[in-house]
Amino acid sequence: MSNKTDIGLTINDRKCTVSVDPRWTLADVIRDHCGQTGTHLGCEHGICGACTVLVEDTPVRSCLMFGIQADGKKIRTVEGLAKGDEYHPLQKAFMENHALQCGYCTPGFLMLAAGILESQPDISDEDLDEVLSSNLCRCTGYANIVKAVRSARDEMKTAS
Amino acid sequence: MATATNRMLGHLGDSVVRLEDPPLVKGQGRFVGDINFPHQLHMRIVRSPYAHGTIKSIDTSAAIAYPGVVAVWTTDDIQDIPPIDFREGSDPTLALFRQYPLARELVRYVGDPVAAVFAEDPYTAEDAAELVSLEIEPLPVLINADDPPQDFKGKAKTEAAIVEQGYGDIEATFASAYKVVEVDVKVSRHTGVPMECRGAIGRYDAARDILEMYGAAKVPHRNRETLCRMLNRPASSVHLFEGHTGGGFGIRGELYPEDVLVCVAAMRLERPVKWIEDRQEHLMAANHSRQQRHIIRAAVAEDGEVIGLDDELYLDQGGYIRTHGTRVANMTTGTLPGPYRFPVYRSVCHFCLTNKTPAATYRSPGRCESTFVRERLMDAVAVAMEMDPIAVRRRNLISLEEMPYGRELDVLGDSVEHDPGDYAGLLDQGLSQIGWDDLQATLAERRANGELVGAGISMFFEKSGLGPSDGAKIFVDGTGHIEIVTGGASLGQGFETAMAQICAEDLGTDYRRIRVIHGQTNRIDYGVGAHASRATVLTGTAVSLTAQAVREKALDMAAELLQTKAEGLDITDGVIHSKNNPGGPSLTLGEVAEALAPTSKVRGSREPYLKGEEWFHIDHQTYPYGHHIAVVNVDPGTGGVKIEKYFIAYDIGRSINPMMIEGQLVGGLAQGVGGALFEEFTYTENGDPQSVTFADYLMPTLNETPNPEILLTEDFPSIRTPLGIKGAGEAGITGAAGAIASAIDAAIGIPGAITEVPVTPQRLKKILDENSI
Repeated sequence: MSNKTDIGLTINDRKCTVSVDPRWTLADVIRDHCGQTGTHLGCEHGICGACTVLVEDTPVRSCLMFGIQADGKKIRTVEGLAKGDEYHPLQKAFMENHALQCGYCTPGFLMLAAGILESQPDISDEDLDEVLSSNLCRCTGYANIVKAVRSARDEMKTAS
Repeated sequence: MATATNRMLGHLGDSVVRLEDPPLVKGQGRFVGDINFPHQLHMRIVRSPYAHGTIKSIDTSAAIAYPGVVAVWTTDDIQDIPPIDFREGSDPTLALFRQYPLARELVRYVGDPVAAVFAEDPYTAEDAAELVSLEIEPLPVLINADDPPQDFKGKAKTEAAIVEQGYGDIEATFASAYKVVEVDVKVSRHTGVPMECRGAIGRYDAARDILEMYGAAKVPHRNRETLCRMLNRPASSVHLFEGHTGGGFGIRGELYPEDVLVCVAAMRLERPVKWIEDRQEHLMAANHSRQQRHIIRAAVAEDGEVIGLDDELYLDQGGYIRTHGTRVANMTTGTLPGPYRFPVYRSVCHFCLTNKTPAATYRSPGRCESTFVRERLMDAVAVAMEMDPIAVRRRNLISLEEMPYGRELDVLGDSVEHDPGDYAGLLDQGLSQIGWDDLQATLAERRANGELVGAGISMFFEKSGLGPSDGAKIFVDGTGHIEIVTGGASLGQGFETAMAQICAEDLGTDYRRIRVIHGQTNRIDYGVGAHASRATVLTGTAVSLTAQAVREKALDMAAELLQTKAEGLDITDGVIHSKNNPGGPSLTLGEVAEALAPTSKVRGSREPYLKGEEWFHIDHQTYPYGHHIAVVNVDPGTGGVKIEKYFIAYDIGRSINPMMIEGQLVGGLAQGVGGALFEEFTYTENGDPQSVTFADYLMPTLNETPNPEILLTEDFPSIRTPLGIKGAGEAGITGAAGAIASAIDAAIGIPGAITEVPVTPQRLKKILDENSI
């Protein structure tokens, strides 16, 4: 039964105040109450990674975190990746390398990769593969996702 | 090679980036879970916890009393709704085995819907569903399709049908054989498992008396036909809308109980009704697939020619027969001979119901299973005849000179007639590209040093472009933007981009100026969606024919305005100009569209608008072909299999977008690897499903998925389509299990060791232990 608590979180630099049930997941709060439906649910038990978002710049499976635990936290979702009309290098690389087909797992992969490339811009191919093996994709067979993330890594290094 | 100019335009054969991608990488997709309507209700299904039983009573009183609950239905509340019918129309011989939207009298698998709760929010609906109490008297459970059939509702046996195909005199052929080789092999139960679970929203507009369903996929028009039949409504009053779809693979988009329930509930409860499946439900309620056991014999002549093939198979259909009827049995028995001649053939399929989740099609249905079975048999023939496995295959391949090669077999109503293709030639190219002889030498050396490594091959033919017909409409507006309206569907395969590229080729315009409509029954009357690798072949050809008609119309109008002859004109990047004088007087497509407006004074007697609608009719399906080669390394300690190298050769006829075709092959292979090594729905003897989370149902991650080398040839354009297109959706998965099983045999040095997929570490470890490896 309802036992609501008010929380405030920042999603993609915008304040969002929500009265939450303690059992609501962060994913439900982001999707149903903050209107950001780019974050997708694939399994709701922490395995597929489709719901990956950045909480305080760290990749987190938003189905495994309660909304109430995100009180006061800075959340970034796929909607915040592009800067206006300018795509994030990862978004560009995903399109150019055909790293998506149905696009359902894509936001999770993008946020996982964004988090890892920010914290480890020099990450090796091998370590990157290890990180990317934590999410599931059913369409692409992964090869193009790897290609895209490596290419974005290289481009981001050159740019910085 | 494409030039820089036409690469920008996106014509045929260009690997341009997809039109679909921008919203999907920005989080702006509109999947069914993202769609909401004011005042909507949320539905939660109460599912049977028993695999088989008689429903004694269902007590919904506590659920109805729960705050926020609007209604709770059992089958008694929808007595007037018939069972879900077959897509291809009613079939009296199978009608008894259909599934009601809510179970009536009996439950037949764990997950069978027995009640539906409608509430103000999804949390409330789920809470209240827990309060529905079921009294079910268990009945004996049938788990294996090859066990003796049981009674079905006191009216029939669970062996619902026997599907038999073949030609020639089996008995005489086997009597004359030099050797008879038999294998007994199994494909276990697994399925498509798209990343997006299913979902559906029913909405009834009483003001216009129109029923709408959102979340449609794959075959929206066909599902509308079935819904109209079931609900007794005219097609003009039912509309299905496909949004973004998070993967299909054959299983998403069929008409399921939940789809019917949201539609009926929307009308009766007078509010939109939304249902979103969770993953646990998905793994026990959405179509399963694949489970077959084949006992198959080859009659072999002294020179290695297989002169006869005799197959008996048990297909595990699960609890009911869903929309496909016996389609998988038909495709299995119709395609089992594959690329080989096999002059005498018989396949008898026991199509058996069990007490598990109902089964139907999954990417490459029938071919995936039969290719594994046939290629296991070919390897066994090679061993029995002491021949090289490649040599045995060569001895039996249909040759180019025999093409087109017809057989007295039926595949989805089409009599099989192989398109011209050089099966042996592609095999030569593939073996040469991978360096087969050197590879075998290296592997033998490594085996001599104690490594368990080996290579295997699997050959197949595919089917694509299921007919009979498809149409398309094209409209050019006054700004020169183009809209293509199709009855196709997009499940992530790049349908919009492919259609736009085909249209761009004929209309001489940039593919990015083209908008492609699909899956909207209110925009076009007819459509067959996206299945059986048919969208690009059928719908694509219809788009091409329509674009050519529109082009002709544009040039005719432009010729008058430019005071020249239409034959002397061309279109480049949306501008109509003289072929001989490209810099001379010109008109844009938009200007010509304006000139053809109904009110235009220059239109003359021409039909208004720059638009067209054409149809394409196909006599036979197209039959592309290829082979897979796998190299594996087995860990003797764990029974784990590592794929070291993978190779796919495939003749596509003609590429629209090679990048997308390779994407289909690589993605299909990942699913093939899943089916060959990991994915399996297991059940207890009571029929309890043991694979209802992603911790139990294991799909390949990046770590387990090989990045294959691909040889994509365009040597034999299809003779069935003007563009020569053949389908690409299924070839990546078809050969995987056969090639991997063959490679594992070679790696562990035991011919015929692998008789069942998936080859899980447990299964392989057992084989290794039994053979003291």
